Amino acid sequence: MMKFDRPAERNPIDDQTVVGQPTSRIDGALKTTGQARYAYEQHDVVPDQTYGYLVGAGIARGRIRAIDSRAARDLPGVIEVITWENAGDVTYPGGGTPDYLAGPEIQHYHQAVALVVAESFEAARDGAFLLEISYDRAPGRYALPSLAEGDWPAPDEAREGLEPVDSDTVGDFEAAFAAAPVRIEQRYQTSHESHAMMEPHATIAHWADGRLTLWTATQMVGWAQRSLARLFGIEKSDVRVIAPYVGGGFGAKLAIQSDAVLAAMAARKVGRPVKVALTRPMVMNNTTHRSATLQRVRLGAERDGRLTAIAHQGISGNLAEGRHEPAVSQTKLLYAGANRLTAMHMAILDLPKASDMRAPGEAPGLMALEVAMDELAEALGMDPVELRIRNDTQSDPADPERPFSERHLVECLRTGAERFGWSERSTTPGTRRDGDWLLGMGMAAGYRDNLVRQSAARIRLEQDGSLTVETDMTDIGTGSYTILAQTAAEMLGVPLGRVAVRLGDSDFPLSVGSGGQWGANNATAGLYAACVRLRAMICEMLQMPEAEAQFADGAVTGAGRRVELAELVRDEAISAEDRIEYGDLDETHQQATFAAHFVEAAVNAWTGEVRLRRMLSVCDAGRILNPKTARSQVIGSMTMGIGSALMEELAVDAGAGFFVNHDLAGYEVPVHADLPEQEVIFLDHPDAFSSPMKAKGVGELGLCGVGAAIANALYNATGIRLREYPLTLDGMLERLPPLAPPGP
Amino acid sequence: MAPASSTTSMKVSFRVNGTPRELELDPRVTLLDALREHLHLTGAKKGCDHGQCGACTTIVNGARINACLSLAVMHAGDEITTIEGIGQPDALHPLQAAFIEHDGYQCGYCTPGQICSALAMLEEIDRAVPSHVQEDLLQKAGITEAEIRERMSGNICRCGAYANIVAAILEIAEGETA
Repeated sequence: MMKFDRPAERNPIDDQTVVGQPTSRIDGALKTTGQARYAYEQHDVVPDQTYGYLVGAGIARGRIRAIDSRAARDLPGVIEVITWENAGDVTYPGGGTPDYLAGPEIQHYHQAVALVVAESFEAARDGAFLLEISYDRAPGRYALPSLAEGDWPAPDEAREGLEPVDSDTVGDFEAAFAAAPVRIEQRYQTSHESHAMMEPHATIAHWADGRLTLWTATQMVGWAQRSLARLFGIEKSDVRVIAPYVGGGFGAKLAIQSDAVLAAMAARKVGRPVKVALTRPMVMNNTTHRSATLQRVRLGAERDGRLTAIAHQGISGNLAEGRHEPAVSQTKLLYAGANRLTAMHMAILDLPKASDMRAPGEAPGLMALEVAMDELAEALGMDPVELRIRNDTQSDPADPERPFSERHLVECLRTGAERFGWSERSTTPGTRRDGDWLLGMGMAAGYRDNLVRQSAARIRLEQDGSLTVETDMTDIGTGSYTILAQTAAEMLGVPLGRVAVRLGDSDFPLSVGSGGQWGANNATAGLYAACVRLRAMICEMLQMPEAEAQFADGAVTGAGRRVELAELVRDEAISAEDRIEYGDLDETHQQATFAAHFVEAAVNAWTGEVRLRRMLSVCDAGRILNPKTARSQVIGSMTMGIGSALMEELAVDAGAGFFVNHDLAGYEVPVHADLPEQEVIFLDHPDAFSSPMKAKGVGELGLCGVGAAIANALYNATGIRLREYPLTLDGMLERLPPLAPPGP
Repeated sequence: MAPASSTTSMKVSFRVNGTPRELELDPRVTLLDALREHLHLTGAKKGCDHGQCGACTTIVNGARINACLSLAVMHAGDEITTIEGIGQPDALHPLQAAFIEHDGYQCGYCTPGQICSALAMLEEIDRAVPSHVQEDLLQKAGITEAEIRERMSGNICRCGAYANIVAAILEIAEGETA
């Protein structure tokens, strides 16, 4: 085990001969030719596969009265109908996670009530439609509270169905706010959002000799293995989880879902492998989503722009015992200010389970805070970029003794303003025009914590001198395959093309997995540890002092000798496994990533239609391990930010209690035609406190603040301040500036 | 409701990537499932099974279609091209190479559909099929970013690689017209 408890010193990664280079993905040839095989596509791993088709509850709350499966069972090709009455023993996790198979109680709409298993997909689907299910409905709560103006629960106040979950105070906010010469108080609303990754949840499950093997779409192989072992009451070592390619996740595939559990249940029942993919219309209500939020922001400042009072309060929804969306977290750390209040409440809702989606907390939180900052800048008559620079802090505002490890937000802001041409922004909204289009610019700051977690990997020097990396880390589009190969190549001095990377198998060492933008830094740091160990083994074999050994060009040089790595292992491959663990550097120092986002938007003066023209994000995220794949992470996040700001909303039927627009026609995500020109700039500030890689996360940072920058650009274009996302033209149509013919 | 008789099967013959294929299929099998589940050509992806995402985009008789919206038995005699027929890892089509160079994908799940769609889309421009963003519908459209973005909007990429996909398509389109 490598304990990382002191800031990293110079190490081989700093050479950046391979790491830090914009290498194309090593899995690219497989992905672009259709040869990368995802969970449902493993048709040859085990014979006699059957098809499972999942049926979701038609009510949001109540009980199953009866399930009549006779017609389905009589259908040629149908093998079995799994329901709560015959599924066999399982132990559900509870604690805010609905049962994977409902019965008799229904906890949310489209909760699984049956799985029809058949010889073909068509027979399973047909059987599913032949089930006769009757229910007793019960009333439920489906909407966040509507609070009258002036009414908001006090930080620790409990109300019926509304629980205080987290609050934090520094100084005396109320007194400072009352005394502040310039004040902003506003409320904002963000919508329920769906991850909508392109590959729906899918699993092939196979039991043999009491052991369960799953080929499944998961971000977290280790979590899946542990969860399945608990569910079925078997040892973790009797569960194998395989996920070499995952078609996106964004948080939706952090925890196992019903596809995995029902496939495993059914395979146990029918004694054959069962493959299950959720149909697209099942994904939005059967699985998890990001909760909508209500947010209240109060900012008090001196006339020079210095913040003296910051309060950010929020309400999100979830099933009882579920977790809240921590939308106020970043407000504890983003800006200076002596008097602070943050508080979250959770409304108990009977909607499907709310859970993590890309940048949980910061994504919706910054959509409120950073619009409030824009409103404050206007009230102060101050440039929004300058306002943020004036309130920069280099330490935790609650604990000045606790500095940020690296924080270059000001450089992000200044670089972005210059590169974007921010000085051309009109300070009077609604005054720039291009024909029928009102033009505006907006900006916002971005913030997301950097999380350090232990991670392990194995590296093998093969007899031909090539390297093989093995870890249960996943690549959900993030570029894990490539940055791990780069790390191994850099550490052992082997060309990138001679490194093979095998991922997503619970037989490999346990990694940090993909989520929370923690994957890249921690998974490569775990591999770094294994590589250090392999280097030591090689030096010992050669009796070469480690300090003198240089690994380059497939050979090790030192103490007057040069030995080809392939020579060394001619008789037998050697391998090393190790794990990175962390001390308290993330406690003594605040580790975080920063961004400045700039947007130019056009709003049609007649119709209110929004067309974005340009976006720029400047990111400070430690060492960028691969600028090509990291840039893709950021433009992808910016794109998701366009969705959050302008179109994405799971619409609730507040009577029946479900998300109505539960497919990709009703739930609109950005498409090619919605995209403006996008630019990304990475600052070069390796963070020696984060890991030996000196990298930090970047995959979620790009989403943090983008929505607010868009909202601020729309305001600058039109003079209309919309505070309920998504920002759609119906909110602007009646309020657009009077139409005059375009100027000469 | 009386159960549908699902023991019926029908023979259908078509060519896939130049190879004649004869299948005996349940008539309810979509072209997408015929490719994925019966021929084990899993390059065409099932993202929605509803014609909403474009991940299953396949080229049939030279035109792009959503294979999920079409029954296999309707394709007797058709010439079907899937991503597997466009290039292989050791013999990439220039567009596949351009996708790799420009990082025009992340998770890879929409990628085969994007590539099939793009190839057929460039053919459509060449055949003067008009689009919504064209200034003059009677003229052949140019291969511009705006045209590509408009004509590729049936292919969703949730990872948000759009800018890179457009760059990859532009690169090979310019190479062909140069």
